[in-house]
Amino acid sequence: MIQFLNVSKQYPNGVKALNDVSITINRGDFVFLVGPSGAGKTTMTRLLLREELPTRGQVIFTGKNLSRMKGREVPYLRRKIGMVFQDFRLLPNHTVFENVAFALEVTGAPGRDIRRLVPQMLARVSMEGKKNNLPSQLSGGEQQRVCLARALVNNPLLIIADEPTGNLDPDTSWEIMKLLADINEKGTTILMATHAHEIVDTMKRRVVALDAGRMVRDEKGGGYGRAVENDGTPS
Amino acid sequence: MRLRTMEHHLNEALRSIWRNGWLSFASVVTVALSLLILGSTTLMVLNVDNLAGTLESGVQMTVFLQNNTGTNQVQALNNQLRALPGVASVQFVSKDQALAQIRQNMGGQSELLSGLDQNNPLPDAFQVKAVNAADIPALAGQVEHMDGVDQVRYGQGVVEKLLTVTHWLRLGGLALMVLIGLSAIFLIATTIRVSVHARRYEIGIMKFLGATNWFVRSPFLLEGMALGAAGSLLAGVAVYLGYSYAVNAVEAALPFIKPVDDPVTLVAVVGGLLVLGVFIGATGSLFSLRRYLKV
Repeated sequence: MIQFLNVSKQYPNGVKALNDVSITINRGDFVFLVGPSGAGKTTMTRLLLREELPTRGQVIFTGKNLSRMKGREVPYLRRKIGMVFQDFRLLPNHTVFENVAFALEVTGAPGRDIRRLVPQMLARVSMEGKKNNLPSQLSGGEQQRVCLARALVNNPLLIIADEPTGNLDPDTSWEIMKLLADINEKGTTILMATHAHEIVDTMKRRVVALDAGRMVRDEKGGGYGRAVENDGTPS
Repeated sequence: MRLRTMEHHLNEALRSIWRNGWLSFASVVTVALSLLILGSTTLMVLNVDNLAGTLESGVQMTVFLQNNTGTNQVQALNNQLRALPGVASVQFVSKDQALAQIRQNMGGQSELLSGLDQNNPLPDAFQVKAVNAADIPALAGQVEHMDGVDQVRYGQGVVEKLLTVTHWLRLGGLALMVLIGLSAIFLIATTIRVSVHARRYEIGIMKFLGATNWFVRSPFLLEGMALGAAGSLLAGVAVYLGYSYAVNAVEAALPFIKPVDDPVTLVAVVGGLLVLGVFIGATGSLFSLRRYLKV
């Protein structure tokens, strides 16, 4: 479903974020993207969302070369990708229901679909009881569940989770990981960038390790790797 | 576009206008000012044009006769004038007829002339029309030297002056309008930039959720158009009321001037202002969106 073919990315300010990275991710995969901050994880995400174009090489998503994609096709690409962030990125003045509904409204979905799908998604992440709350009235774990519901409501092929447990305590992190595993079970591909050693080591999924823009490891059922090497602090 | 989407865009636009408070107000006032100038200049030019047109179509020379001219000489002059090449018509206007004509023009204020009946200061005259208005100056030169002719007057100087006035009015009004119009566009662009800045977090969310560029832009475009429309509405009302007042005042004070007063023209001018206001608003916001909203 996703192919990176010899992808390099150099930003206009000269920073080389990715260097000759090749990787294939199939439909239904669950991939951990690990590595220190600045290793290129975020750049891979931005290339997939086509916020950036590769300097060299090709990024293919469902058979389409993103470098050749027209600007007006980009929104439709993004609707196939659900995003989950460390800082949640919910609309602060909108209720839980409205936040999830927003993802549908943005696509011009009819009100009928919104009234049907939003409660379904909220039930899936066990948040139906707080649909009228504002994000500020929720715990971090609850906010992340709402984000997951929002990411799922457009029935995406891929969910990209950028350190989804970064702001959560260990117990809550595991709840979110169970939800992600469950979503993956039902066929959605998941790409999760993370620093959480314990989660990666326990889940035994495919691990792709980046370091200074190079892919240094691609291992099925792997662990996070040597703690010393990868204990990256935010730069 | 779906109704629900339209509603979203409109709500967001109105919310932004409210949030930007003073800046929105300043934009509306600037648009109103610029369109007020445009509207009043347009109406003024229309009136001067109209007046010039009336004068031009009536270009004729009036040949005033010396006071003591006898009937025979009048008859002789009449024949001489008719014999000139290029003359279309000759009409004799006696001093009594001239007085009656003035009286009729002045309407309700004709009593001002009541003392003149016994001692009419107006001379007898011929009104001569030429086949071509352009020939009038040459004809006037010939007529001036005929016996019994006191003076020859024709309106071309006035027409030329009026057209010059129209020209400068147009030019000055246009320059002023463009200048204030540009500042209106600039102010609206600033307002929209502030709106974009205030909502950049939400815009980021919209983008990764797969909103189309037009979905992201529409509320801002609507905001600018609403500001422009509000400004032009103010200008339209002011122009309409101001002009109605001016027409009444002119008709009362200067009864021989007929201002342009047909409703179709007035509606066209005010309607034009509304369209232009919305256009200014849209231009201002698109200008800002191009620069500050990379979608």
